[in-house]
Amino acid sequence: MNLALIQRSGLTAIVATLAAVFGIAQSSAQSNVPTSDSGSALSIPSSQLIQPDALNQLLKSKGTDKTLVLQVGSHVLYAEAHIPGSTYAGPGSQSAGLELLRSTTAALSKSQTIVLYCGCCPWDHCPNLGPAFQKLHELGFTNVKALYIADNFGTDWVDKGYPVERGR
Amino acid sequence: MQIAVPSCAPIARPAKLLCSRLTIFLVAACLFASTSHPAWAATSLVHKKAPTFIRRDLRNKRLDLRKYRGKVVLLNFWATWCAPCKVEMPRFAAWQNTYGPRGLQIIGISMDDDPALVQNAYTELHLNYPVAMGDEELGELYGGVLGLPMTFMIDAHGEIQAQYQGEASLDEIETQVRSLLPSR
Repeated sequence: MNLALIQRSGLTAIVATLAAVFGIAQSSAQSNVPTSDSGSALSIPSSQLIQPDALNQLLKSKGTDKTLVLQVGSHVLYAEAHIPGSTYAGPGSQSAGLELLRSTTAALSKSQTIVLYCGCCPWDHCPNLGPAFQKLHELGFTNVKALYIADNFGTDWVDKGYPVERGR
Repeated sequence: MQIAVPSCAPIARPAKLLCSRLTIFLVAACLFASTSHPAWAATSLVHKKAPTFIRRDLRNKRLDLRKYRGKVVLLNFWATWCAPCKVEMPRFAAWQNTYGPRGLQIIGISMDDDPALVQNAYTELHLNYPVAMGDEELGELYGGVLGLPMTFMIDAHGEIQAQYQGEASLDEIETQVRSLLPSR
């Protein structure tokens, strides 16, 4: 390896380190405010995501904080299988769905812990979570998370053996 | 679901106690099984007979899967809010034109809640094959349709030859369609 290559590699490493440090700083400073592209699940800040295993553990724990889990996708898919104790709150991609979400959460404290999930399709194609997350943010809820489902509810929740219920 | 409960009446006391405990265990096990993890989860239907169903399509025509025996059927579960579904469907419509005369039949099952949205999409996407509304019963019949799109390739004998979930390779599906159709 010649000197120029070593110098270039060193420079690359420094730039990468600085980028990583600033990236982390930026990430930690990130609020729970959705980005402007609220039509996509990608608009939800990564700090507000919860992984399936973490949610399963949370729901199994007997803490005093009662987490409310809302499904904001298709009612048909909800009827096939949903997270036990979760409530169907309407598809976030439709105005009627957002209205159902508003009425479902109307009586709740704004500090209520809420976990939204859908799982209709791969995360970057989900049309429901982004608008639902945005809606709860607009309504003033301060403790809203979104369940990160990479592929779909069948693959990332049911097939993993996490508990489910059926019915509407 | 029927649960077989053993009778404990005509047996001695220790055996009766064991029998009672076994009954409680069996009932508890059945209850746990029905609420914690469904039997249909991760069940593959490939190389099994395609479950039959009868529905009304969007034009109110009777859609009976058994009537398509003798044809290669591509059974596609989709929804209007599913972006990858909308990529696939115009291609399916093109295949219906190209391979329909050779025995291919595309059938769409929408997992939407609102039929009006499905009707609009049917028109916008220029679909030329029957589409019916699905529900949880049909989804469960096909092993749990919990992510879209999901497509089943059914051969002329009514047996499922392949299942595609998510953003599948359309070229791969087309190759398989061709392989199942009679050669010209």
